[in-house]
Amino acid sequence: MSRALDAAFAALADPTRRAILARLASGEATVMELAEPFEMTQPAISQHLKVLEEAGLVVRRVDGTKRPRRLAKEGIAAMDKWLAMLRKALEKNYDRLDQLLAAMETPKKGEER
Amino acid sequence: MSKLTLTTEGDTHVVVTRRFAAPPEAVYRAHTDPKLVQQWLLGPEGWTMPVCVCEARPGGKIRYEWTNPRKGSFYVTGEFLELVPYSKIVHVERMHLPDPTPDNHVETRFDPDGTGTRMTMRMTLPDAKTRAAMLATGMERGMEASYVRLESMI
Repeated sequence: MSRALDAAFAALADPTRRAILARLASGEATVMELAEPFEMTQPAISQHLKVLEEAGLVVRRVDGTKRPRRLAKEGIAAMDKWLAMLRKALEKNYDRLDQLLAAMETPKKGEER
Repeated sequence: MSKLTLTTEGDTHVVVTRRFAAPPEAVYRAHTDPKLVQQWLLGPEGWTMPVCVCEARPGGKIRYEWTNPRKGSFYVTGEFLELVPYSKIVHVERMHLPDPTPDNHVETRFDPDGTGTRMTMRMTLPDAKTRAAMLATGMERGMEASYVRLESMI
């Protein structure tokens, strides 16, 4: 799991790949359709797709001669879950800190600051 | 208002922002006084920090040890690099599980925001792989999941 997530985050480090994912979030697309908004050749897009597929973020389907790509829900969900956990731990910390700060705001008389 | 943001940036950064109702001086103290750090830097429910070394001066040592009766214990060590009261803390830290993870370089800024503070914590990991592993560690600590959309991070 951890290795798959490593690959997923490494795949996301590239802005073109993030844009491809954002495009696929709105539905399936072929390599040609994906290449359109970018000033890139289809082989270059295919290379990015390969990285995304290997990272478990994108899957392909066979449709005659076409190979439309879509988001791999499981890969994306695993990554989401993971960031959510870190976020949750941080939120817990800072909620505690809020309370601590509220208690600090009324220092006792004569207390050194 | 106090909502936390957590974003990945480029290959190696993780940026966290949060607003606090208290002024920078108080938030800074809560990050540099071991007696205070020990009370809030605990992660998920069920963990305590019996050991908290936090020598807030350049070169000063950091050692946080957490324990959970059901999940065991682990610790973080680090060093302070730079401190600007009450606006900036720069330190490095690594987790021991028990092998040390690569250094996480952390710059924490406290900026006045009305009567409160806006905190920006910028973590820099040596490479994308290490960042992924660092984020993954959170999961191994048995945190609970909630669902966030992919859009929030891309």
